[in-house]
Amino acid sequence: MSAVPLLKVSDVSKFYGSRIGCRNVSFNLYPGEVLAIVGESGSGKTTLLSCLSTRLMPTYGVVEYHMRDGQYRDLARMSEAERRFLMRTDWGFVHQNPADGLRMTVSAGANVGERLMAVGDRHYGNIRTAAGDWLKRVEIEEDRIDDQPRAFSGGMRQRLQIARNLVTSPRLVFMDEPTGGLDVSVQARLLDLVRGLVHDLGLAAVIVTHDLAVARLLSHRMMVMKDGAVIEQGLTDRVLDDPREPYTQLLVSSILQV
Amino acid sequence: MPTPLVVSEVAKSFTMHLRDGVRLPVVANVSFSVKAGECVVLGGPSGVGKSSILKMLYGNYGVDEGQILVEHDGRLVNLATAEPRAVLEVRRTTLGYVSQFLRVVPRVSALDIVAEPLQARGVTAADARERAAELLSKLNLPRELWALPPATFSGGEQQRVNIARGFITDHKILLLDEPTASLDAKNRAVVVEMIARKKAAGTALIGIFHDEEVREAVADRIIDVSEFSPRKYAA
Repeated sequence: MSAVPLLKVSDVSKFYGSRIGCRNVSFNLYPGEVLAIVGESGSGKTTLLSCLSTRLMPTYGVVEYHMRDGQYRDLARMSEAERRFLMRTDWGFVHQNPADGLRMTVSAGANVGERLMAVGDRHYGNIRTAAGDWLKRVEIEEDRIDDQPRAFSGGMRQRLQIARNLVTSPRLVFMDEPTGGLDVSVQARLLDLVRGLVHDLGLAAVIVTHDLAVARLLSHRMMVMKDGAVIEQGLTDRVLDDPREPYTQLLVSSILQV
Repeated sequence: MPTPLVVSEVAKSFTMHLRDGVRLPVVANVSFSVKAGECVVLGGPSGVGKSSILKMLYGNYGVDEGQILVEHDGRLVNLATAEPRAVLEVRRTTLGYVSQFLRVVPRVSALDIVAEPLQARGVTAADARERAAELLSKLNLPRELWALPPATFSGGEQQRVNIARGFITDHKILLLDEPTASLDAKNRAVVVEMIARKKAAGTALIGIFHDEEVREAVADRIIDVSEFSPRKYAA
């Protein structure tokens, strides 16, 4: 059990004018830990994810990241170039819509290879081999390596986006509704894949989802958000089996059983 | 004999916010301990709080009051107040649980579901699968089912996958929530024998068994959970 957190979040708040995006969110995320942020649309979960991943600057509050050199860096105090480098190498971001995270008009292989080039890999043969390996890992036939993602199904695009994000061995991955908009059978395959990769690679992840079954399957810990605030948090099993807050009880009781 | 689990003065109630905040007390003043190599059975009628106690021990239910002390890695951890990552660490190496129903993961085969807890402890995939196969054959699960995800299995088949998964590791404490409920006599006997082996190996077991024959065969001690009725302490 690693003793130092990878991400330290204190009092993060974001206001849009007088409207609250999220407020006073604090937590630590440790290496290998998967945190699910759940709540209904408009509860502030995507705003929080954006603040954590430097896509938005918090109005106040601090997000610190444990860099590979052992130092904590305040993300807001990094230069734009440093943030972009972190985003491309040590972090991943999986968007709900794969088109937001992929380059749709370059080949699948190039989509994966581009991230490797960002960390300094220049050897074409190595890049292509690594890209091919990752396509296999996310269950995309290797002979599709030269096809553009435009020619892929939704589930394949999402798997390609995951390969693109994981090829640089990031330590932290943010996911925004990674299974939203997929058929259940496609969703099951993706969940199983993500679950295996997170486990094998020892990734830390922050997953935003409104699907409690996804949270149960993938996460260790869970935070429930409502009106921009975290109203309940704890071990995923505990929050789902013994919800304390009125809103969490409503959420859990609204799950459809099959 | 060491005592790997000590429960003291634990209380639990549910507040049902969707029903006008009515408060349902479940148990109060739960105190007992379990020694290594001992099998303690939680007894008493349905609805008295037996499963709730097991779920508190495993961390699925929160605890209102009291302590649940587990000896983990040479130190004591209070599961009633431990952080999520500490609870998960205790579950990985010290505290095992055979729940009544299997929570199936899409696309994962029965064999891999059973092997997973061993792999989580660093055993290689091949060794873990070999051990999983031994347990599944011991529990008479037809070999042709091993490669299939258990979602479509019968209740008894799912339960045997669940038992194999719970028994595969050498966790020092094992919680058993009616592990034999949907098994036939032959497989019940296999489970009774597996429990006897765990006891001999020094595992502390806490279980719920409605089947009287199984209970007689495995219990060293029966705790009457109605003793922990909150009404008794209300006054």
